[in-house]
Amino acid sequence: MRADKKLLKDLTPEIERTTSGWYVTFLVFLGFFVVGIYALVQQIDKGHIVTGMRDNVVWGVYIVNFIFFMGLSYSGAIISGVLHLFHTGWRKPVMRLAELITVISLVIGPFFIFFCIGRLDRLYYLFIYPRIQSPITWDVIAISTDLVGCFIYLYLSFIEDFAILRDYQELEVAPWKKKLYRVLSLGYDGTPRQEKLLSRARTVMASMIIAIAIIVYSVLAWIFGVTLQPGWHSTIFGPYFVIAAVFSGTGLLIILMWIFRKIYRLEGYITKRHFVNVGVLLTVIAAFYGYFTFSDYLTKWYGSVKMDSILVDKLFSQYFVLFIFANYIGILLPGIIIALPKFRTIPNITVAALIALVALWVNRYIIVIPTLETPFLPIEDTRAAWLKYSPTWVEWSLTFAGVSVFVMLFMLISKIAPIVSISDMQEKDKVELLK
Amino acid sequence: MKEKSRKKTENSTRRTFIKKLGAGVGTVSLAGIGVGAVASAGKKAKSGEKVRLLSPEGKLVEVDKDDISPAGPATYDLREEAKIGLKDRKFVMVIDLAKCKNARACVEACQEGHLLPKDHEWIKIYLLQDDKDTARYWFPRPCFHCDKPMCVSVCPVGATYKRSDGIVLVDNHRCIGCKFCMTGCPYSARVFNWKDPEVKVPKDHVYDPETNIPALEGTVGKCVFCADNLRKNMLPRCVTACPMGTIYFGDLNEDTVTNGDETIRFSKVMRDRAGYRYREYLGTSPSVFYLPPVQRMFPVERGLEGYDESITGRYKNAGPR
Repeated sequence: MRADKKLLKDLTPEIERTTSGWYVTFLVFLGFFVVGIYALVQQIDKGHIVTGMRDNVVWGVYIVNFIFFMGLSYSGAIISGVLHLFHTGWRKPVMRLAELITVISLVIGPFFIFFCIGRLDRLYYLFIYPRIQSPITWDVIAISTDLVGCFIYLYLSFIEDFAILRDYQELEVAPWKKKLYRVLSLGYDGTPRQEKLLSRARTVMASMIIAIAIIVYSVLAWIFGVTLQPGWHSTIFGPYFVIAAVFSGTGLLIILMWIFRKIYRLEGYITKRHFVNVGVLLTVIAAFYGYFTFSDYLTKWYGSVKMDSILVDKLFSQYFVLFIFANYIGILLPGIIIALPKFRTIPNITVAALIALVALWVNRYIIVIPTLETPFLPIEDTRAAWLKYSPTWVEWSLTFAGVSVFVMLFMLISKIAPIVSISDMQEKDKVELLK
Repeated sequence: MKEKSRKKTENSTRRTFIKKLGAGVGTVSLAGIGVGAVASAGKKAKSGEKVRLLSPEGKLVEVDKDDISPAGPATYDLREEAKIGLKDRKFVMVIDLAKCKNARACVEACQEGHLLPKDHEWIKIYLLQDDKDTARYWFPRPCFHCDKPMCVSVCPVGATYKRSDGIVLVDNHRCIGCKFCMTGCPYSARVFNWKDPEVKVPKDHVYDPETNIPALEGTVGKCVFCADNLRKNMLPRCVTACPMGTIYFGDLNEDTVTNGDETIRFSKVMRDRAGYRYREYLGTSPSVFYLPPVQRMFPVERGLEGYDESITGRYKNAGPR
């Protein structure tokens, strides 16, 4: 398959050469990862006592990370699916990033559930003794479906690029990489029939993964929603979680756009227009997300249901700073920065996205932990760890290990396939042509 | 799989069925049709006394009594047996809050009986106050063995289950430690083994969910209503340990509960003393009923006497809830 020379010249150098900076960065994150492994060994050896979790707060940062990474994944799926289906003109340089977010966080997310499980050696019981009544079983089914779906979707979007790289004679890469492209391109030559089939398959998968992502993330929300716990027992949780997920994923997309644009010198491809467009998307979603958050807490606060009142009191006292940061600053500030044209610069939009992303993680934290610290029967204990949850170094190490794996996988993939899809860039968009 | 023979006060339903079938058939002789293994062993003198048996093919046969030899030791899988509730029983507990003075005898008897680490309390005593203007009272809380147990619904692997006699058990050989049941339970009745509980068990001990001994790291434990004692027609340990006779235990089908000294009609005491269940509105339908703390034998403060900080400290911040 032939490709535009300029495109190849601009986008393939990162595959051909690796700078020492890349290696250093990679080693740093590998270091975080190794610390995480050490922490995991400690946890398996000594038991979950090395975490900050105790009876009452039985789920901690691990579950927060699980929801967070799964959210990123689903939002990646929704964003790329929607952009693909609507043939959004500006989508092309950022589509692959969204697709990669989907698959990479989907691989990382479930590991945080594994860290949270007391008997990791019995994990396979989920498959051999499943009970369909349990929302965890729903989740097992949903996540495995999603994994398969997302991998297929991602792979379909890679085939054309692999074919281009295979046929690009001047590409100076190791023989194993050339062989890899030959195998992975599945003999794709860009014949009209192949093109038609591939395009149809991608459209079908795009619509499917949107649906799957919404279902899967709702199922995850229902793990909390179906319980009787104050703060969790809410009918709004399904859609609320879905919209929050898209919020976080959009934020992450902007951050990754900024990083790769800078490091891989993609200024000519990822322009201010893309930042503004994705930024506006973030603002619109922030509005929805803020609306859901407000609606959920307003009803809890306004009524006088005792347990809800106790929880809301706790959120506005003990968790005041986190609550304000997550649900006011984290939603309003990104919206304001992007909504006002005056502030709309690339660095500003990126900072707004970073705030949004961190605030969303905190939002997850104050959904999970304060509720568990507010059981119907009061926690009457003298042991400090039982009264209040605070994550230990083990939990933080594994959290950073998760982030490191995310970064490392992104770095590795960027050395095998271009981070901006070559085939998508040169494809003549019908919608654009019509204009 | 660990197996061990056990004498049971109740026959399993299948064995009862066979017995009934045998008794219901007339004295028609089926001599000549032998059960393979039994018939071939017939070399010694016969007593002449016939016994009717059901062959593996489902035929009713009659063999000489002396020809019968046991096919092997009777074996039960305790983990499977524990799933079958005691026949025609529906266990309930009634806790008279007027009598409780936080003596903690129930807690200790339970810990001793189930070889629990000192910081694991399957029955926990709370100091509750419903509102700032209402009285404080001691509130022992075992597992409520709900009839609509949230913990059972949410368990992804069937490690926790509800039996026909109302008891909810945990099989810690099945439990994966996801702790969903702990977030599902609105009564904080479950405890998690955050580390190796280091339980010293007798050498020939076989795990039985009815006692849940020994506790295993990474799994969930909780009050089992002393299902092992119930099989032996004995009361749960907390009931007999309580010096005040606070806890009554019994069978809803018999409409009777007892604290060991006094046996009372369940429906009558519920009616006369206005029995209630904790947070009825949650709809989990607990098997544990409470009698309101009226006309108490002791002032509530008496419950704090004689304890060190590790106990009294728990109740420092107890307030309206």
